[in-house]
Amino acid sequence: MLASKLISAAAMEKGMPVMSAETIGMAQRGGSVFSHLRIGEGVFSPMIPLGGADLIIGFEPGEAVRMLPYLKTDGQMVVSARPVMPVTAALSGGYDGAAMVDFLRGQVKRLVVVDTEAAIAEVGSAKALNIILLGVAARTGAIGVTAAELEQAMLKKVAPRFHELNRRALACGEAIWRAAESGR
Amino acid sequence: MHREFLMGNEAVALGAIAAGVDLVCGYPGTPSTEVLETVAKHRPERTYVEWSVNEKTAMEVAAGAAYSGARALVTMKQMGLNVASDPLMCLEYIGVKGGLVVLVADDPGPISSQTEQDTRCYAGFSKVPCFDPSTAQEAYDMVREAFDFSEKYSTPVFLRTTTRVSHGYASIEVLDAGEYAGHCIEGFCRDSSRWVIFPRLSYQNHQKIVARNEELSGVLSGYERNRIYPASGAIANCRKGAATGGISFTYAMEARQELGELKLFKVSTPYPFPEKKALEFLEGLDEVLCLEELDPVIERELIYICGKYGLKTKIYGKLSRHVRCAGENSRDSVRDDLAAFLGITIEKPMQPELPKLPVRPPVLCAGCPHRASFYAVKKAMAGKKTVFCGDIGCYTLGNAMPLDMVDTCLCMGAGLGIAQGIGHIDPDTVCFAFVGDSTFFASAITGVVNAVYNQAEMILVVLDNSTTAMTGHQPHPGTGKTMMGQAVDAVSIEGVLRGIGLRFVETVNPLDQQAATDAVRRAAEQPGVKAIIFRSPCIALTRPEKALRIDGEKCIGCRRCIREIGCPAISMRDGRAEIDGSQCVGCGLCAGLCPVRAIGGEDVAE
Repeated sequence: MLASKLISAAAMEKGMPVMSAETIGMAQRGGSVFSHLRIGEGVFSPMIPLGGADLIIGFEPGEAVRMLPYLKTDGQMVVSARPVMPVTAALSGGYDGAAMVDFLRGQVKRLVVVDTEAAIAEVGSAKALNIILLGVAARTGAIGVTAAELEQAMLKKVAPRFHELNRRALACGEAIWRAAESGR
Repeated sequence: MHREFLMGNEAVALGAIAAGVDLVCGYPGTPSTEVLETVAKHRPERTYVEWSVNEKTAMEVAAGAAYSGARALVTMKQMGLNVASDPLMCLEYIGVKGGLVVLVADDPGPISSQTEQDTRCYAGFSKVPCFDPSTAQEAYDMVREAFDFSEKYSTPVFLRTTTRVSHGYASIEVLDAGEYAGHCIEGFCRDSSRWVIFPRLSYQNHQKIVARNEELSGVLSGYERNRIYPASGAIANCRKGAATGGISFTYAMEARQELGELKLFKVSTPYPFPEKKALEFLEGLDEVLCLEELDPVIERELIYICGKYGLKTKIYGKLSRHVRCAGENSRDSVRDDLAAFLGITIEKPMQPELPKLPVRPPVLCAGCPHRASFYAVKKAMAGKKTVFCGDIGCYTLGNAMPLDMVDTCLCMGAGLGIAQGIGHIDPDTVCFAFVGDSTFFASAITGVVNAVYNQAEMILVVLDNSTTAMTGHQPHPGTGKTMMGQAVDAVSIEGVLRGIGLRFVETVNPLDQQAATDAVRRAAEQPGVKAIIFRSPCIALTRPEKALRIDGEKCIGCRRCIREIGCPAISMRDGRAEIDGSQCVGCGLCAGLCPVRAIGGEDVAE
């Protein structure tokens, strides 16, 4: 949710109209949480049509797969590799996050998979995962705002005591993007 | 004027502040809650804000303010309007002096509600005019228009939103503080011929209201937001059109970009329906598709108008089964419905078949005290014939496996009555009613009085987590805090119950499982109406204890911790249970039931 707020703020700073929608309520008790974000002219609704997303930032591999039908044919995806087990999966014996990542690799040409544990260890906080992924996404060019513009938005929107952490997270995202590019 | 990125509910709140609102009250309920919270956050000095004890009370408080010439906003979700319907139905016959806007957020889907009821139908039923915005910008602008309208015609006015309007965000144009409206308040003027409802007055006012709403249909035909978008481009001569309103309008506008610019009628005031404008829209059309969520309100109105004026235009929608009758519309469903109506085949991109995905039903949070409460009752009553009547709140999630502790759930406060009814029919069953603290104050107290008066046999379990958790932690009478920022005397649940006449009222911390199960057993042995208050604060409001760990050497992989309590922080890895330290708050419930004592604090090896 913070990620979409920062993108919105950066886009508005450039004078672009922004709309977004997110799940609130019952869905916050362990359900799937999504946030649609749309930037630019000619947009009436906050909801993205199937096959209409330029970018999907997935905070969980299974949830990224769930949202895959929204991605454009040549769309970009950035996904955190670590699965989050729902209670139902714990009761029935779990589900395989790695299989989800493999599926995505087979489907999405423009895909960056983030090694969640390594990224969190580098930045020093699991809470910054969203900003790390945002840092990667900014470099893909699929958002329409640059990493520098996102950082400016972050400095305005986030309490000063978190500035340094979020800066590190954005930088970490950039490094992940570079590594992914050089490995291509 | 400046631009801000606002949620629809925030837009309603700031729109009301810009309209000079004097009093705002309501009861929390998704998707309406943020309206009142936003007013409280940006509260100008003139504005009084309260979370009322329930929607009925809120409606009455708002009515009193509007009788006094003040501008009042009352907020609730669609289910809440059922609770507030008694004062509302009467209030329309009496009318108002200051503007009264009734914000009701509907929940197509439903996403977090019990019904898919449509407030536009309540508008027709109560004869209260209804404004139905499509976007956050419109919500912002329409609040002010609704206040002006309310005062001009001395009637309460609905501002009805739906989830995607309420919770959608957009960068919108808002007024600067210097541009806000101001007004003087006269105060309440005694006039019993106006403010006291009697059959004679109701008869007279009924006639006036019907005449007024006929007039308003004409007035609203000239309202700029009831708008016809003419056909153009390749299908400029098409004799098919679409009628829509609310969020579906935005989906339809985008579908038009893709399928062709067909004639479109946007209905922003579904009641009174803008009949003249509708006639103008129907002119030259053979067929019309209605795109709307919840009930077929626009569809019925157009069918009525066609009948009244002898038009041959065919009206399609939910009634004709061209559009599915339940659930939310989406950008895609509206596009597909319109394409089918226009006979256009759309090429959809091939979608890969997705692997089996984990289901993620909502569950009680890790460490939620409700889990401990349910588990204590379950253990204490094992093997006994019982029924567990649930209620509305986070604790409805106690129905999920493996707890499985909610046998019934109907509406706010209903568990009390249902438990009594089951008990009268089947006296051998130990009947429990579980109710949260906020729900207790909102609508359970009369149920307790009824039980005591009518000699019911039942156990009331108040799950007191000292907040209204499900809707985002609003204060209530038991918390000792108000939305005006005051610290006040908390209303005591124990005091209320004892005052009603209950002799067995015990308060226990559910995380102390021994004490909790003992209390339940004691209650079950007593006759009459008994109450147990399980008091432990919501984990979202307290500092978490250190996360627990599972000793992988000791764990025998029996899965008891998973099978018994279903905590989302516990999962299996390589045949051993494991605790997710980022979710665990150290409640200790799992540690107490591990047969080999493998779960503990820092003393446990990882």
